[in-house]
Amino acid sequence: MPTFGAMKKTPLYNQHIEQGARCIEFGGYVMPVSYEGIKQEHQAVRTGAGIFDVSHMGEFFVTGKDASSFLQMLLINDVTACPPGKAQYTAMCQEDGGVIDDCLIYCRSEDEWLMVVNAANIDKDWEWVSHVKETHFSEADVTLENHSHRMGLLALQGPASFDLLQPLTDVEVASLPFYGFSMGTVCGVSDVWVATTGYTGEKGVELYIPTDDPGNIQAIWATLLEAGAVPCGLGARDTLRLEKGFNLYGQDMDETVSPLEARMGWVTKLEAGPFMGHQAIAAQKESGHYRRLVGFVMDEQRAIPRSGYDVVSNGETIGVVTSGTQSITLGQGIGMARLESPYGTSIKEGAKIGIVIRGESKPATVTNPPFVK
Amino acid sequence: MNTPDDVKYTKNHEWVRKHDDGTATVGITDFAQNELGDIVYVEVESEGESFELDAVFGSIEAVKTVSDLYCPMSGEVLEVNGELDGNPELVNEDPYGEGWIIKLKLSAPEEWDELLTAEGYQAIIS
Repeated sequence: MPTFGAMKKTPLYNQHIEQGARCIEFGGYVMPVSYEGIKQEHQAVRTGAGIFDVSHMGEFFVTGKDASSFLQMLLINDVTACPPGKAQYTAMCQEDGGVIDDCLIYCRSEDEWLMVVNAANIDKDWEWVSHVKETHFSEADVTLENHSHRMGLLALQGPASFDLLQPLTDVEVASLPFYGFSMGTVCGVSDVWVATTGYTGEKGVELYIPTDDPGNIQAIWATLLEAGAVPCGLGARDTLRLEKGFNLYGQDMDETVSPLEARMGWVTKLEAGPFMGHQAIAAQKESGHYRRLVGFVMDEQRAIPRSGYDVVSNGETIGVVTSGTQSITLGQGIGMARLESPYGTSIKEGAKIGIVIRGESKPATVTNPPFVK
Repeated sequence: MNTPDDVKYTKNHEWVRKHDDGTATVGITDFAQNELGDIVYVEVESEGESFELDAVFGSIEAVKTVSDLYCPMSGEVLEVNGELDGNPELVNEDPYGEGWIIKLKLSAPEEWDELLTAEGYQAIIS
């Protein structure tokens, strides 16, 4: 059995163990990978309501009169397209265009923002945002605070999630726009950020909960379970996100990959810049010489693609699988692959490629995600 | 984790139930099925193939990962559990019973003595 002695735990660790969760190390944290089973948890989110403890995610507060301009220097999306009460998917890049992390920003007001980053990247990201502030905004009115250890996050996801949550909160959930949020009381706990964001492609909410008193998030977790939400782990989170074609940092992109090479062109708003990495990304876009991330579906049953498998075409290796799994909804293998520069532009939706599964090339069809509508 | 006394174990998380007629039934342990999670399919070499001790005789694909199956004793595959084709979840539900994987005709029955007892296996997984 693995030992988790040095690992960080979320405030719900004891509840997970009591519920019989199987845990793994993820991003420096001990996290539940599944409770009753990935399939059942996956289906609960697609048809009812599932709840994930994703308190390992990092939270930075960015405040001050120059907060918006600072974020525009830091991030690749257009910050002005995220008005108060809304959230936005974006990313930070190195000067050479490599993705440092993908993240969500939530605008409470022009001078008060919440930035949510991946658990494994908290330290690296904090260093980077501090560096960008020092080098570009040292005289400006920007304050950075790392609240990662003081904020928990629960994701309540699935078609039944709004109805399940509504009796337990004073926020009118159904009236929030997609990627919107409001502060409110949930299960008697005040100052909770109730946001219609998520990573499953289903209707759902994410609840950012202050954890200075860990009893708060524990009470919300217990109440939501009692109300019928099915506890779900990182295993189902992965199959759910991949069916919708959402990227996972560390697999589908990292510092050696530009946003254009990770199907993140839609969040790369060059006209909103300059921002960190702007020059490199603009040059890459103009040249057209860059790798492409494509989705694919396996043609045969019993062929499951996995991260790291080679992609072949006409006997040549043309790329590598970045994420792969058995789609629980389709009952078929699905995945994403990064194709080397010359192939990425010619191999489009509908093209046939081969995925090398334990030495044998298995046919697959290039398919634009989402794989499950 | 369930580790019954009527079978022996390997460090690769397989179990073997030896029969009086020189055959043995093989499967994966409760610990292994729990680590793998939801099993999607089990692929094993066909009946009639022979394997040395520790040779790879197939693989198990779970939603999350794939794992090789290592032959716990040398022998020839007499029978493959056909039920697993349509119901691979039997391995999760009943790893020591209906979720068995292959039956072997043993070619070196003395290898039995080298296998781990339930107690020895428990020490590995705890």
